[in-house]
Amino acid sequence: MLRGFWKLTWLETKIFTREPMGFVGTLLMPLVVFIVLGRAFGAARPVAAPQVDIPFNVAIFAAVLIAISAVQSLVAIISIYREGGILKRLRSTPLSPVTIMGAQVAVKLVFTVISLALLMLAGRRLFPGVMRVNVFSFTVAVLLSTFSILSLGFVIASLVPTARFAQPVSAAVLYPMLALSGLFYPVDRLPRAFRALANLLPTTHAVALLQGVWDGSGWGAHWVNVAALVVLFAAYTALSTRVFRWE
Amino acid sequence: MIPVIAVSNLGKRYGRTVAVDDVSLEVFEGEIFGLIGPNGAGKTTTMECVEGNRIPDKGTISVLGLNPRRDANALRQRIGVQHQEAHLQKRIKVWEAVDLWRSLYPRVVDTDALLARLGLEAKRNAWFMTLSGGQKQRLFIALALIHEPEVVFLDELTTGLDPQARRAIWALVNGIRDRGTTVFLTTHLMEEAERLCDRVAIIEHGRIIELGTPEELVQKHCPERTVVFTSDDANVAERLQGLGPVEHAEGSGATYTIRGAGDDFVTDVINIIAREGIRVRGFRTEIPTLEDVFLKLTGHGIRD
Repeated sequence: MLRGFWKLTWLETKIFTREPMGFVGTLLMPLVVFIVLGRAFGAARPVAAPQVDIPFNVAIFAAVLIAISAVQSLVAIISIYREGGILKRLRSTPLSPVTIMGAQVAVKLVFTVISLALLMLAGRRLFPGVMRVNVFSFTVAVLLSTFSILSLGFVIASLVPTARFAQPVSAAVLYPMLALSGLFYPVDRLPRAFRALANLLPTTHAVALLQGVWDGSGWGAHWVNVAALVVLFAAYTALSTRVFRWE
Repeated sequence: MIPVIAVSNLGKRYGRTVAVDDVSLEVFEGEIFGLIGPNGAGKTTTMECVEGNRIPDKGTISVLGLNPRRDANALRQRIGVQHQEAHLQKRIKVWEAVDLWRSLYPRVVDTDALLARLGLEAKRNAWFMTLSGGQKQRLFIALALIHEPEVVFLDELTTGLDPQARRAIWALVNGIRDRGTTVFLTTHLMEEAERLCDRVAIIEHGRIIELGTPEELVQKHCPERTVVFTSDDANVAERLQGLGPVEHAEGSGATYTIRGAGDDFVTDVINIIAREGIRVRGFRTEIPTLEDVFLKLTGHGIRD
């Protein structure tokens, strides 16, 4: 019984849109990065063409950024709510802890989808012929990735001492993950230790899955990444239920 | 009479710090019970253990016959809480918060009437962050009362409020009690405790050092009474010295200070003044307060 879940989710969605900085920043930042880099690198050329002059797939980079900015936003909100005693106050109502946290995740997923839709629209308009990926498949892959990275967000949110540290701490954890994700440099050419580390990070599997969906190689070819995202989600969630602080 | 709240031998430590050490108390139906003491004395920890929001290391707690940990869900339907220095989402509107809280309980009071009673009806559409300190506290009281709880917990309710807002809150708390709800509050303001509480427990270093009605505690620990009056008559101090219960009489200009002890002291002094035929221009009494009791029991002021 998740009493109050929809009401809280709707309420948090409204509250999120009332904060111009967070709202616009989360929604537009990946889009701006996508457009700027897309123009700079000649956008993604039609994927069928050899991509020698494109250092990485700008669309996938932007999609991963969407997931990461959702996580940063989640960490910020949780740390602010904890510091202000909001989590504590919500917890002393009949709301279950799962509902309180689930509503935050739901809001993030909603905005992830909106953000991704903007990205797709911009891609179709600005870089014609490029966005030929299966939209549904790509969206599901981004949502799964976001879900998995969000669960790591709860672990980060437990580590952040105060709201002031939310931004730097989550950046310090998430950006190096991006560097190891295989987006800029192939994972299998990393030194052994880094490769092992990379495989424990959800971003790596997210990038591999998104690449696969983009290339059209399909979900079957990437079941390992899907499984890894699910397992990491379970592991981070289990860890965060142990280390999470409500106040 | 069966207590609404029964706490016995409660203990809680954080690492090596003992926050609550062997606290026992009972709160009865329909009273305002205050846990008073300086910051860090263990008030909030005790209250949060009773609410079920904190797990005690030892001792037993019963609230409305329920165990706050084991029966947490059942208890949440029957108690209302207001946390110390709490906040809500900065941009949540007053009505949205009320609406969310309403949706969580099976039986709720009429919201419009509640907001009107708390003077918040004009603020329905205001964001939480735009409310004044007093309005925020009134909103938290509204949220604590929305499901007509049998017991309300109020933790440092008026800290940081200006005197006017504080008085408004006091009136509200008295109103809650008058409707039959039991109130358990903490405060470090002795005036607040004296104005509001039917009974108080003074807590220091995690231990209850005294418990009773404010009047009882003053009577027991601070029986001294002082009468100060002004008179233009001659030799007033000498005439009163040693009469009846007068322990000390001294004059400074036309102002005389008479000290003694006991409940009848003021009456006795009035009678003596009348009998002596002293013409009095001004007259006032100085009666000790809980603040004095606290000072006497702990050897330091509440704000030290």
